[in-house]
Amino acid sequence: MAMADATQDDVQVGDTTDKRGRLVTSDGTPLRRALERSMRRRKLTAFLLVAPLLAFILIFFAFPIAQMMWRSVDNPQVVDALPRTLDALQDWDGSGMPDEPVFAALHADMMEDLDRPRREQKIGPLGIRLNYELSAARGAISRTSRQVPNFEAPYAEAFGDAHRLWGQPELWRVIKREGRPLTPAYYIAALDREYDEAGNIVKRPENRQIYVNLFGRTLALSVAITFMTFLLGFPIAYYLSILPMRYANLLMIAVLLPFWTSLLVRTSAWIVLLQQQGVLNTLFVNIGLIGDDNRLDLIYNQTGTIIAMTHILLPFMVLPLYSVMRTIPPSYMRAAKSLGATPTTAFRRVYFPQTLPGIGAGGVLVFIISIGYYITPALVGGQSGRMISNEIARHIQQSLNWGLAAALGSMLLVGVLLLYWLFNRLVGTDSLKFG
Amino acid sequence: MSSKLKMVALSSAVSAMALGAAADDPVSLTIVSWGGAYTASQVRAYHEPWMEANPHVTIVNDDGSANALASLRAQAQAGNVTWDLVDMLPSDAQLACDEGIIMPIDHDEVLAAAPDGTPPTEDFLPGSLGECFIPQILYSTVLTVRPDAFPEDAQPTSIADLFDTENFPGRRALQDRPGTNLEWALYADGVDPDEIYDVLATPEGVDRAFAKLDTIKDDIIFWSEGAQAPQLLADGEVAFATGYNGRMFDAIEVEGMNAEIIWDGQVVEWDGWVVPADGDNIDAVMDYLYFATDTQRLADQAQFISYGPARASSSELVGQHADLGIDMAPHMPSAPENYFAPIILDNDFWVDYGDELRERFANWMLQ
Repeated sequence: MAMADATQDDVQVGDTTDKRGRLVTSDGTPLRRALERSMRRRKLTAFLLVAPLLAFILIFFAFPIAQMMWRSVDNPQVVDALPRTLDALQDWDGSGMPDEPVFAALHADMMEDLDRPRREQKIGPLGIRLNYELSAARGAISRTSRQVPNFEAPYAEAFGDAHRLWGQPELWRVIKREGRPLTPAYYIAALDREYDEAGNIVKRPENRQIYVNLFGRTLALSVAITFMTFLLGFPIAYYLSILPMRYANLLMIAVLLPFWTSLLVRTSAWIVLLQQQGVLNTLFVNIGLIGDDNRLDLIYNQTGTIIAMTHILLPFMVLPLYSVMRTIPPSYMRAAKSLGATPTTAFRRVYFPQTLPGIGAGGVLVFIISIGYYITPALVGGQSGRMISNEIARHIQQSLNWGLAAALGSMLLVGVLLLYWLFNRLVGTDSLKFG
Repeated sequence: MSSKLKMVALSSAVSAMALGAAADDPVSLTIVSWGGAYTASQVRAYHEPWMEANPHVTIVNDDGSANALASLRAQAQAGNVTWDLVDMLPSDAQLACDEGIIMPIDHDEVLAAAPDGTPPTEDFLPGSLGECFIPQILYSTVLTVRPDAFPEDAQPTSIADLFDTENFPGRRALQDRPGTNLEWALYADGVDPDEIYDVLATPEGVDRAFAKLDTIKDDIIFWSEGAQAPQLLADGEVAFATGYNGRMFDAIEVEGMNAEIIWDGQVVEWDGWVVPADGDNIDAVMDYLYFATDTQRLADQAQFISYGPARASSSELVGQHADLGIDMAPHMPSAPENYFAPIILDNDFWVDYGDELRERFANWMLQ
């Protein structure tokens, strides 16, 4: 396009221009339009080529992630179940107990729910939702809803008799607070925080804080694992890169072996090796390295997680390193030495800097994979070796608190994106070489 | 719904012939359970005899019970319920029931009476029936000990000994969840088994339980999967381990592990069936349930695994292990000589207070 504009003024000769002096192709179409058309066609071809993958990613990646993020703020339960009660609660200031009309509204809401077909009843989900905010709220609601048809005015008394929580402002504050279609409550819980009586967000009692620590630990463990894979992978990758191809390929198989072994087989192997009565400890005791009564704890703790995950993720570090090192001509090192550098200096100033794209790629791969790893820590990590993904899995599968799981997952996702962005700013992804 | 159930109950009660006419089309039932030895015991005690009587039905076993709650919710939300019958714990069943994703059950309508005519609501052990839950077995979490870890004349015999590191040193393997552990801490601290949940519902009670757990914290290894506990004992990694009595029975009697079960303070829980709402084969499922939860079938299951039948009338029919030939009755959690100080797990309590206590327990484990 720019070329067409530029040439319009200074080239106006022969039969390539029309009467108005515009450039045309041999069949008389203006060049600008012809170019546009061919560009469009090329764009369409490119789009069609990536369309299947794009559709796949949209359906199976982007859409579920968007849905997960939506779940972390979605809060329909109270609004759906207690419309009248919320209406009546509008004038309540949050101190003391609500008045009789509020209880009457609650009675009406619960009665209406009993008439709904079972699959559409709202009281059950309401109880589960409120229990996340206040223990025993589920019990209060499910036990009361069974007795509601027998209630007679004054309702405040009847509800109070059915469950002690109805007589406490705490439950009413939760109902009023969560009576809105969107909530930050899951994020507040995911940050180890809660609401106090006045509605301010404060830290949870110390003995109930877990998630922030877990995020920190996940980060620290991932950094440690990345560093370990680098420490172990670098020499191997170097050795592979200077070997003749056929030996290198053979050794490469050994590196890739952990990839091809079933997780359960690997896990049992680690247990046999690492436990207190295991191979390693017994060996250490037999050669007199440690006493029989202070065998090392190598598994069911952070050490176990680091060892096992370093083992699994090693290929992700070795492969990019190897492919980068293969391309570094050996003559550079010889040149450095012939110019007077000691082997250490030559390595430090000439060889090592050229492997950085491989280290960067391997590091990013290992770090991002390990930050979301979950089965291995669950099996060999014990308590101190667990990561945030184990907690997410627990909320998805066992406690069924998908909102909190979604909030934790979204935070993890945003955290990884942020780290990747930082890495990009500091190192630059253009220089990455994944293999 | 209830008229439909009534019809099913009626037709299955009259005879299998009555159903036969309507049930000639081949049906495939997906039954979800825990896998391993447990599913095997159900296949031999329930599935095989039932399929023999109903040749048009095939049963597909799915080992999805560990994550059944999440799968059931996902299936219900997607409007595509593929499971016909699910084996799950009563606390999970209560959550699913509250959500409306499984069917409420009228036990007297849909289940078989005892041979002497006792209705199901009286025949099933007290406290075992749930709004949407049909119990099959009673299992317990028990303390198990390696006798060779202690001198012969000073063997541990009680839950209190688990908390006594002075007289009974050695590592202890406990499950990585608050359930059972908090109950035992209070029990060892002198709380009566019947009052444990009242105490645990107060903040002081929770503090008291954690303080008791603090006394053995340095000696604890936490396990998470059921198979880990017997493994830790067998490897000599720990002196005490808590575990499910069926797994411990298997490890001791079948595998020959050197260990003893301490029945003091066993934490008793049920396990049973729930029916997903909106399933396609509801008639066949109800027919199966009527058969598989009757007195004889529950007693039969005890031939294959050491979990107690949930019906009182099944107890006297419990015979010998099908492969080992040993008497199963003394290995049942419900056997009188084992059932002297049981703690009945209170599912309502754990559904109500579980979130908070789990957070506190997770925090405590990390300190």
